[in-house]
Amino acid sequence: MLLAMKIKAAITAAALASPIALTIAPVAHPADSAITEIAAKPFQYRLAGDFSRDGKPAAAPLRDTILPAHIKIMNRQVTAGEYARCADDGGCPKIPHASAMADRPMVGVSWRDATAYAEWLTNKIGVLHRLPTDEEWVFAAGEKIRDEPLALVDPVDPAQAWIARYEAEANRARPDALDPQPVGTFGINGNGLQDLGGNVWEWTSTCFLRMTLEPTGNARITNTNCGVRVAQGAHRTYITDFIRDPRTGGCAAGVPPANLGFRLVVEDKNWQALQRAIVAAFEPH
Amino acid sequence: MITRRIALLGAAAAALIVTTPALAADDLKLPRQAVELVAPPFVHPHEQATKEGPKIIEFKLTIKEKEVVIDDAGTKFQAMTFNGSMPGPLMVVHEGDYVEVTLVNPETNAMPHNIDFHAATGGLGGGALTHVSPGEQVVLRWKATRTGTFVYHCAPEGMIPWHVVSGMHGTVMVLPRDGLKSREGKALRYDRLYYVGENDLYVPKDEKGKYKTYETIGESFADTTEVMRKLIPTHVVFNGKVGALTGKNAMTSKVGETVMIIHSQANRDTRPHLIGGHGDYVWETGKFINPPEKDLETWFIRGGSAGAALYTFRQPGIYAYVNHNLIEAVELGATAHFKVEGEWNNDLMKQVQPPGPILPGKSSAAETVVKTR
Ligand SMILES: [Cu+2]
Repeated sequence: MLLAMKIKAAITAAALASPIALTIAPVAHPADSAITEIAAKPFQYRLAGDFSRDGKPAAAPLRDTILPAHIKIMNRQVTAGEYARCADDGGCPKIPHASAMADRPMVGVSWRDATAYAEWLTNKIGVLHRLPTDEEWVFAAGEKIRDEPLALVDPVDPAQAWIARYEAEANRARPDALDPQPVGTFGINGNGLQDLGGNVWEWTSTCFLRMTLEPTGNARITNTNCGVRVAQGAHRTYITDFIRDPRTGGCAAGVPPANLGFRLVVEDKNWQALQRAIVAAFEPH
Repeated sequence: MITRRIALLGAAAAALIVTTPALAADDLKLPRQAVELVAPPFVHPHEQATKEGPKIIEFKLTIKEKEVVIDDAGTKFQAMTFNGSMPGPLMVVHEGDYVEVTLVNPETNAMPHNIDFHAATGGLGGGALTHVSPGEQVVLRWKATRTGTFVYHCAPEGMIPWHVVSGMHGTVMVLPRDGLKSREGKALRYDRLYYVGENDLYVPKDEKGKYKTYETIGESFADTTEVMRKLIPTHVVFNGKVGALTGKNAMTSKVGETVMIIHSQANRDTRPHLIGGHGDYVWETGKFINPPEKDLETWFIRGGSAGAALYTFRQPGIYAYVNHNLIEAVELGATAHFKVEGEWNNDLMKQVQPPGPILPGKSSAAETVVKTR
């Protein structure tokens, strides 16, 4: 008997720590700092995963929600140079074809690689770094989010919805460039975050769930597959956790993401000390 | 295994799952027959021709991700399989039957899978309607509207080739209701059937040239894909392993017996050849509405198809059944054997003179030339 609350807990994954007391004043120029802090406020969130009602596919519910605490999130994606530090340190797998320039976003990372990086950075700095949940990502992305309730497949006539879905996906704008671009190329959102919905999709910690919608409106989980995680960008997609190149193993259908990268959220009260620690971690030895 | 799911689902939900399959396919008022599948090279009992009307034939395929050994050197391979074998089992039905497959992806697996039946119509052969995550099952029903041998395989978007060359392929045979026929309309029957599934394997090597092993299937993905992209298999095997159909596991027959050999390759072209024998009747493309070709020496199986050949053994002994790219047969593994018992026929073949010293003045080539002048 899982109620909405519990589902939320599952969606936001185990890593989410208890709410943080906020004692720090907002940062003056968030775009200039590595970490941006966003105060919690109500927003709309369309649950990730596959939904059914009475045994038939159903639209994922759109919920009014609020994060339990303010969120601190990198205002840009992790760069190739930063990832290389972790790989040189033995904290992250070396990725054979990583060719990106050091100051551009790291791409070609699997969920496992991204998680390894977060662990490495956590240990290095002594502050919890982790992937955002899908819910956190959607909140942080703000107006950059493209809510795309996918067409529903009717088991009696699967084809109509299938074709509609295909057309919707084919109509998605494709990024002009496939290679990672300089940070900032894809703009800044209202929260001061760069490059959301550009040509790099970002891993989240949210597992792929299959859920049944009950008459009460509650969603009951019928299958949790943490081998597949939500990746976010110009559209939401579900990707197996060891995939590095989404073009060879990603999306369920249609146009796959161009690249897989990530940004992290941090959980720490001491804002200035954290900034200093991060800068120090990446200073040349 | 089940405990985690039960915890998530609650007892009521678990009960719901149990009852779900019964909801499927009650709209068809046809007799049902559940068939227990058998691992290749063998096949489940079936009628070659039937007087009965169409039925719903129920099969269950359980996906098993597992480590297997693929050669005599003990090379370990992270396989993905239907029912634990490479290839998956051969399923036999008759034209007009409905194939109802329960595809089970146990929670012990790591990956989502599905199934595409080349014999089925629409929905990517069923691939679009059968995605199952670990811990799920799905029931698909399709009508067998065409006769022949048809490949089935796993087809998860973006990862299709990897799943297929990792072992997720098999064959469905749809027989004409009145059985197989020659070009002239003569009824053709077999005494035995063997299913040979050929599989090209791409095993990554380390810097020293040694085959690499991986703890999990997921870890093998990136390296394996790189080897796959070069299109040069490290192994080409029948039934999952070098030597799976030789020695103690050689296929057997008797002089006078007619054997049906189904040969599938879900990914790559191949060319079966029975050394010392022939294809008496061969449906090279596997589709029984086309008349079989006769007396073939080698037949061509297009990648992504299955063919069928009938042969009546006329001579006892050991026969090698190979992919007649002999490098693939001998160096990479694509060899099987038939052990055939019976009485030798000297009329068909006789060693007139055993090997011995070359005799001067008699029957040497040079001598023959002189004589004919
Ligand atoms: Cu598969």
